[in-house]
Amino acid sequence: MNQDGTRGGPVIRLEGVGRQYGKGQAAVHALRGVDLAIREGEFVAVMGPSGSGKSTCMNILGCLDTATQGTYWFSGVDVGSLTRNQRALLRRHYLGFVFQGFNLLNRTSALENVELPLIYRGDRRGERRKRAREALAAVGLSGWERHSPGELSGGQQQRVAIARAMVTEPSVLFADEPTGNLDTGRSIEIMELLVDYNRSRGITIVMVTHEREMAAFASRIVSFRDGSVVPAGPEGEVS
Amino acid sequence: MIANAFSLALQAIRRNALRSFLTVLGIVIGVSAVIIMVTIGKGTTAKVTADIAALGSNMLIVHPGQSRHGGRSAEAKPLEVADVEAIAREVPHLAAVAPVAMKSSPIVFGNDNYNTQAAGVDNDYFKARNWDMALGRTFLPSELRAGTAVCILGNTVVNELFGGMNPLGQRVRLGEISFEVVGTLVAKGQSGMGSDQDDVALVPLRTMQRRIIGNTDIPLVFVSVSDGYSTEDSVAEIEELLRQRRRITGNKEDDFSVMDMKEITETLTGTTKVLTGLLGAVAAVSLLVGGIGIMNIMLVSVTERTREIGTRLAIGAMERDVLTQFLVEAVVLSSLGGVIGIVLAVVTSAWLAGLFKIPLVLDPGIVALAFLFSAAVGVVFGFFPARRAARMDPVEALRRE
Repeated sequence: MNQDGTRGGPVIRLEGVGRQYGKGQAAVHALRGVDLAIREGEFVAVMGPSGSGKSTCMNILGCLDTATQGTYWFSGVDVGSLTRNQRALLRRHYLGFVFQGFNLLNRTSALENVELPLIYRGDRRGERRKRAREALAAVGLSGWERHSPGELSGGQQQRVAIARAMVTEPSVLFADEPTGNLDTGRSIEIMELLVDYNRSRGITIVMVTHEREMAAFASRIVSFRDGSVVPAGPEGEVS
Repeated sequence: MIANAFSLALQAIRRNALRSFLTVLGIVIGVSAVIIMVTIGKGTTAKVTADIAALGSNMLIVHPGQSRHGGRSAEAKPLEVADVEAIAREVPHLAAVAPVAMKSSPIVFGNDNYNTQAAGVDNDYFKARNWDMALGRTFLPSELRAGTAVCILGNTVVNELFGGMNPLGQRVRLGEISFEVVGTLVAKGQSGMGSDQDDVALVPLRTMQRRIIGNTDIPLVFVSVSDGYSTEDSVAEIEELLRQRRRITGNKEDDFSVMDMKEITETLTGTTKVLTGLLGAVAAVSLLVGGIGIMNIMLVSVTERTREIGTRLAIGAMERDVLTQFLVEAVVLSSLGGVIGIVLAVVTSAWLAGLFKIPLVLDPGIVALAFLFSAAVGVVFGFFPARRAARMDPVEALRRE
């Protein structure tokens, strides 16, 4: 282990990454010249006001979008050189996603929601069931397998979403405002859950948030402003 | 993956049960219309064929003029009794040669008046048409020779005029002449063309010619070939004989026709086939309309579920997976419509067959074809919406509320 509690080298490395929408005069630069390295096992909070480029950066990191300038290395792979389907496979096997709006399938049981990524991975039904149950148990939702999202509270829905993200044992978990729709009590529970995953399983977590209390759970904070990373202080805190 | 897409599709369909039902209504109507048309058409054909077969497979029909395309040339010289006698005399292996002259005529008994078909025949007619007597007797040779005013009534006429009464010995009036009823025929039911074969009053041919029609023309001759002899040979021999007698030489076309069972069946079922084809085509158009309905609703479904698609793409669905999901959904939807349509068609066909008194001939081929076609409609019209879903940009899709 390194001094800051992380292991190994950078799993994510951005070199001069930019994202430009439109061309010529009408071009909008959502990101410009972003250099960022995230080591394996880090818990990084990405902060910044709306329009600062943090969501754009998150989409690129999550391989949902591609950079128009610079290079994104994921575990040594140049993501920019991958095809759309290759990026889908990368997400399938190495990335997990948690969204602000939970994004669970309606009228589909918690268990089936958690099974979904395993279906795409091609796991057999029995194996899927077993893993999904374990993942739900890990987020404290044993006994809630048959409930559909409509029958669950917001906090429980986000737990199901976390179970769905974690069931494939990804190396990086991307959380986009995971507590944005929750009250403070539920938010802290979710953050503690994420911290636990980060500590006990060494999962790298990248979380976008605009709440300072939630960012405080992270081991490092990266701030965006006007499409660029704001230089951080020695402890990773922004003044 | 497919099994899962299948259950997901059923789930999505159940979620919007009413909308799904309205969507597939076009397919349901199309599929059932196609099957019903074909089934009723085939039933009618089967009925016609069976009726003609009931005449006996060794039956030939001779009449003046050519009956190609259903029409007869008006200028053809009529047949005469002498022609009939010549056929009976010179063509070997014939069991019966039965000339017939018909005229539609009112028949009156007491105060009851009924419009029927009067037919002048001789006793070969009963043999040729394989028709038995219910009561009484056939014509006496003396009656046939002299053209006596006696008649034999079909079952419908008996029922119309006499009810439960015994008609034997009673006198009925056909046209201007009073006839004695000497016999009745057993019931035969409807003919292949839907006309009532029992609606007939038989009189001796000579009586018919002299006293009702007023000429000696023979418009129709039933010929029955003896068992074990080829009808083709008989057709050829009768044609040869008639060409000689009517002095048709060289390449000149016959001005009469001799049809065997196959030709008769083809003539009678030809119309049915054309009609079935036309109605089937109309039904196929409704399948097309149904397909467009499916495409429409799938596009709505894709738009409504943009976020779901985004989520699926984010957690690792490839284009192919999303495409499969929506394609399967469209196919399941349209196949469901197909199945409902088939059930509806079977029920309706059974009812219609009972109504029209025709056999229910469900062709498994056409049922399978209709089902496959409905599934194919799902593939064709589901592809565009499914591709739209599969090609979505995950970032855009996730951003949508």
